[in-house]
Amino acid sequence: MAEAAERWERAGSGPGADRWDRRPGPAETLRVYGLIVRMWVRSTMAYRMSFVMTALGNFAATALDFATILLMFSRITVLGGFTLPEVAFLYGTTSTAFGVADLLMGSMDRLGRRVRDGTLDTLLLRPAPVLAQVAADRFALRRLGRITQGGLVLGWALLRVDVAWTPGKVLLVPVMLVSGAAIFCAVFVAGGAFQFLASDASELQNSVTYGGNTMLQYPPGVFARELVRGVTFVVPLAFVNWLPALHILGEPDPLGLPRWVDFLSPLVAVGCCTLAGLAWRAGLRSYRSTGS
Amino acid sequence: MLGRPAGVPGRVGGGLREVRGQVGGFYAAVVVRGFRRYATYRTATAAGVFTNSVFGLIVSYSYIALWDQRPHLGGYSQAQALTYVWVGQALLMTMALMGGGFEDELMERIRSGDIAVDLYRPADLQGWWLSADLGRSAFHLLGRGVLPMVCGALVFDLALPSDAVTWLLFLVAVALGAVVSFAVRFLVALSAFWLLDGAGVSQIAWLAGLFFSGMLLPLTVFPGVLGEVARALPWAAMLQVPADVLLGRHRGAGVLTALAFQACWGVVLLAAGRLLQSVAARRVVVQGG
Repeated sequence: MAEAAERWERAGSGPGADRWDRRPGPAETLRVYGLIVRMWVRSTMAYRMSFVMTALGNFAATALDFATILLMFSRITVLGGFTLPEVAFLYGTTSTAFGVADLLMGSMDRLGRRVRDGTLDTLLLRPAPVLAQVAADRFALRRLGRITQGGLVLGWALLRVDVAWTPGKVLLVPVMLVSGAAIFCAVFVAGGAFQFLASDASELQNSVTYGGNTMLQYPPGVFARELVRGVTFVVPLAFVNWLPALHILGEPDPLGLPRWVDFLSPLVAVGCCTLAGLAWRAGLRSYRSTGS
Repeated sequence: MLGRPAGVPGRVGGGLREVRGQVGGFYAAVVVRGFRRYATYRTATAAGVFTNSVFGLIVSYSYIALWDQRPHLGGYSQAQALTYVWVGQALLMTMALMGGGFEDELMERIRSGDIAVDLYRPADLQGWWLSADLGRSAFHLLGRGVLPMVCGALVFDLALPSDAVTWLLFLVAVALGAVVSFAVRFLVALSAFWLLDGAGVSQIAWLAGLFFSGMLLPLTVFPGVLGEVARALPWAAMLQVPADVLLGRHRGAGVLTALAFQACWGVVLLAAGRLLQSVAARRVVVQGG
């Protein structure tokens, strides 16, 4: 199937070749993504009561993580060297960033199912970018619940946390949220690309996405040094919130990295997205239809 | 499955026993098929084992930090607390605490109307799904439970019992917990008769399950009244009770009390499910003909 599409692309002549010849640009991808998202939102709103319940459920599901932290702090005052507002700051930043990525790209883990049952072929036949179609597939508006919950905790943390705010630190907060969301989006896309190879292994990416999000809610000092190294250098989740947050909170870095590293989140995000895009392209090229 | 050869009449009592034997064999066959259905997906199981292990690692480190600050919190030593984490990872899928059991399928059948066919079958609806779900539980205990536990035992010092009796009692507690878990989700699934789209109820149910089973934090650590209430609710039967049995926190007759607690909830909830099923079956209207 992918081969056929490529042949179309390469042909570059004949009637209508103009349409197939061009690689979809980012603008086209975004436009298609928006169209599909709008359709799913309207479909969700057909069962309004169910939407309200699932959005509340999504809010509450995320809140459970914070409830765990609150329950812990009902017995202690400091965890891994961090006070409750400081942990809440970590929690709020990663939850909001992850929530945005989950809303935008969370459907990527359905790709494996489409590869298995052959419905991906339908997407390949449509004159629209496949990434946009897969990412917007069954767009789940209920995931606003997670963003809302993370945002509320972040708001509370910003009010309570003991920080001498400078313009630089204030600016770092939105920068880390945007970069963090982009890094998580890249992980979702890379996970999707991996499902071209192992269509059954969609749960594997949960360990990086949901697992990573859980990990980033706790101070880095809590974890074994190798684990922190892993999420700094291998899957650079530490740039979502740990490193910039350590700078804002004025806490020492357990790995002892130079302080300018704390500001690298946007660069790391761009790098992650580029790599994920390449992985996606390679995955799509390697796709062979089940033929059913 | 084959009965007595035709034309060989048996005594009435023997015949009844035989019918019962057949019925038992039938549901046992459903259990086995439920097990094998999930055992088919090897890659998915391997991916799941990896994910369970990663989560186990993350939660373990947060527990170490917590128990460093407050040793003997909730009556657990650090080793016991860590064991609790890995028992939790082992039972997460077994008890379908985050969904993934039969309920989505049953709700879809109710929504689409296929349930009318199911009600016509010569098998009991609750019995069928209970058998299928117990088969799934058994597979998830073996396939998704054992390896993460081994992984946890390799990385951390766990307080695992050395005597066979405790392990046996643990298995009984897990089986009873699986029945309670099924009974709760059966009630949830039947709600689709009234709501059609049961996703909301389903989600709220697994949220309650996640919180009140002790998956997030042992129920013994919950403060005051919240802890007392949580330990009395059916969800405690799914993780807290089996974990405490394995950790040897119930001595002597205490174990029996713990198992009886699970059995009581199992019976009550299964009975409630049966009642709801009979009410719901009366609502089914088959269109056309």
